[in-house]
Amino acid sequence: MHKTVLSRLIIIGLAAVATSAAAVDITGAGATFPYPIYAKWAEAYKAKTGVGLNYQSIGSGGGIAQIKARTVDFGASDAPLKPDDLRNAGLMQFPAIIGGIVPVVNIDGIAPGQLKLTGSVLADIYLGKIKSWGDKAITDLNPGLKLPNEPITVVRRSDGSGTTFNFTDYLSKVNDEWKTKVGSSTAVAWPEGVGGKGNEGVAAYVQRIKGSIGYVEYAYAKRNNQAYVLVQNRDGQYPKPDNKTFQNAAAAADWKNAPGYYQIITNSPGKDSWPIAATSFILLHVKQDKPQNAAEVMKFFDWAFKNGDKMADDLDYVPLPDGLVGQIEASWKQDVKDASGKPVWQ
Amino acid sequence: MTDSPVSAALPLPLAESDARVAVRDPTPPSTRAVAAPWQDALFEGTTRFFASLVLVLLLGIIVALAINAAPAMQKFGLGFFVTNVWNPVTLQFGALAPIYGTLVTSAIALAIGVPLSFGIALFLTEMCPAFLKRPLGTAVELLAAVPSIIYGMWGLFVFAPFFGDYVEPLLSRSFGQLWLLGPLFQGAPNGIGILSAGIILSVMIIPFIASVMRDVFEIVPPVLKESAYGIGCTTWEVVWNIVLPYTRVGVIGGIMLGLGRALGETMAVTFVIGNAYRIHASLFEPGNSIASALANEFNEASEPVHRASLIALGLVLFVLTLIVLAFSRYLIARMARGEGAKT
Repeated sequence: MHKTVLSRLIIIGLAAVATSAAAVDITGAGATFPYPIYAKWAEAYKAKTGVGLNYQSIGSGGGIAQIKARTVDFGASDAPLKPDDLRNAGLMQFPAIIGGIVPVVNIDGIAPGQLKLTGSVLADIYLGKIKSWGDKAITDLNPGLKLPNEPITVVRRSDGSGTTFNFTDYLSKVNDEWKTKVGSSTAVAWPEGVGGKGNEGVAAYVQRIKGSIGYVEYAYAKRNNQAYVLVQNRDGQYPKPDNKTFQNAAAAADWKNAPGYYQIITNSPGKDSWPIAATSFILLHVKQDKPQNAAEVMKFFDWAFKNGDKMADDLDYVPLPDGLVGQIEASWKQDVKDASGKPVWQ
Repeated sequence: MTDSPVSAALPLPLAESDARVAVRDPTPPSTRAVAAPWQDALFEGTTRFFASLVLVLLLGIIVALAINAAPAMQKFGLGFFVTNVWNPVTLQFGALAPIYGTLVTSAIALAIGVPLSFGIALFLTEMCPAFLKRPLGTAVELLAAVPSIIYGMWGLFVFAPFFGDYVEPLLSRSFGQLWLLGPLFQGAPNGIGILSAGIILSVMIIPFIASVMRDVFEIVPPVLKESAYGIGCTTWEVVWNIVLPYTRVGVIGGIMLGLGRALGETMAVTFVIGNAYRIHASLFEPGNSIASALANEFNEASEPVHRASLIALGLVLFVLTLIVLAFSRYLIARMARGEGAKT
């Protein structure tokens, strides 16, 4: 009796081990900014090839920490690492997707795209210098709009985030007081406001609180049908946030000559450029101790670059220009190697 | 017949010699002469191992926290606990705001939760019709089974808007003008802040405190209560003067259990407290608690000083819980000393 039970358990155990060895699922962690598009790509990729992608959107800082600790196969960050930091950590990075950050408001009677703000006024709101929607600085920019004289509730991120990095980088570029007083980073000492966790948290807070302003990635604003704000760009125009304006912002960047693809595309020149555009990056280890996983990661992104453009468009993200994709794949071959020095990407 | 007073008093079915050995022999089981000595030793050793494992784990946690918090302590010194600053860019950290938020939200939770729990326990034991006792008791315990993140989501999507639209303006209009309490209730009423977090915490700790109170109220010997009713006491007098003093150890224990949960509660608080490192007189303003700060920032704290500061916060919470526990034991000991005294 014991012998048959034991033999059955051994057979079940062997079967479990055998099936699990076949499919290699890849894990990634990091930015909440590109999470919607990565999730969509992963779903389509799994349907096609059976390889699953498990992506945890824990914030860019978390993604950087996890890839440094080698607990995930790739990290995702909206804040690119400087070439020195990349070298010290033994990582290489490449851009994966481009998107835009939009301020959103919850004011009675204001529809999406009605309110106009300049970058400097936006920074003053976040500094707490402009406290009410009836303030002269705001009404001067919106002469035809009826704004209530209500206090402004500022909503920002409570966790570390690449969305914050790009947003504060933009505010630092357009407002000197912000630059000296607060600076730009994945987490800053916010002078004002309540903190929501993740893009989702900020979107939820803005939806709940009347008279609030927050900043989210454009896909979140579009999906929740929130009233986004038009921000004046470097050339003085007020472009609408969509794929075209994000693409124009990205086109102005010099990808060829940037080591480690270190480019921050906020406040880009061009009269149709969205001023707060952002690139999201993927981090991989240069020396791979799990070359099979790294190969799967690169296969996934290769598939996404070639087949995922329509899905990215649907969510108002901007796919990378084709020339850049070729440059990236060459970097894979050059930089990512396994323990014996052989390049992982063929 | 015998020289042992015990065997003279009790009718013992055992042989006399066995009885004397069992009653008078003070040596521990493992050293007595028994039929199979090694099994007893193994059993005692195994149970002793598990008991000491708990102690070792506790010490290990304290040591790990202290070692990892050391860089922050070295940089900021004891001023870390009394300064209010949290700047991840310039790497200046001070824990005053989270500590203040934790203490204030827990105080609000206790202030609302303890009287409500007492009322629930009183109703369930003294005044509830028999057919309602079981379902009501189960309902209270079910509240404890709700995961805390559900409380957070309920708080953010249901409670906070309702609170901000109706209750906070009402509080602001009625109490906001008083000279002492006024500053507590002024500010933008958006439903996100320390008061909302405190109220949601009180809902979370009510089931714990109410269940413990109800259980200890039920084991009061009926003869005590019946004697009091017999001489004409009202229900309130019976509960306040007979039941509560008899059960005070359990009641204090239940309150400390609730307080412990309130101090450490993370997800429900982080949704509605606003996550702002500010200390403000008004309860409507956003604040931060230790657990909420840890949950938000630990993942992405890549700078060593930032991470060490967060771990130092965790150490503070650990020490706070120890202080609460020590205080509860002191309270019980002090009450026990007053037992039997003439009043």
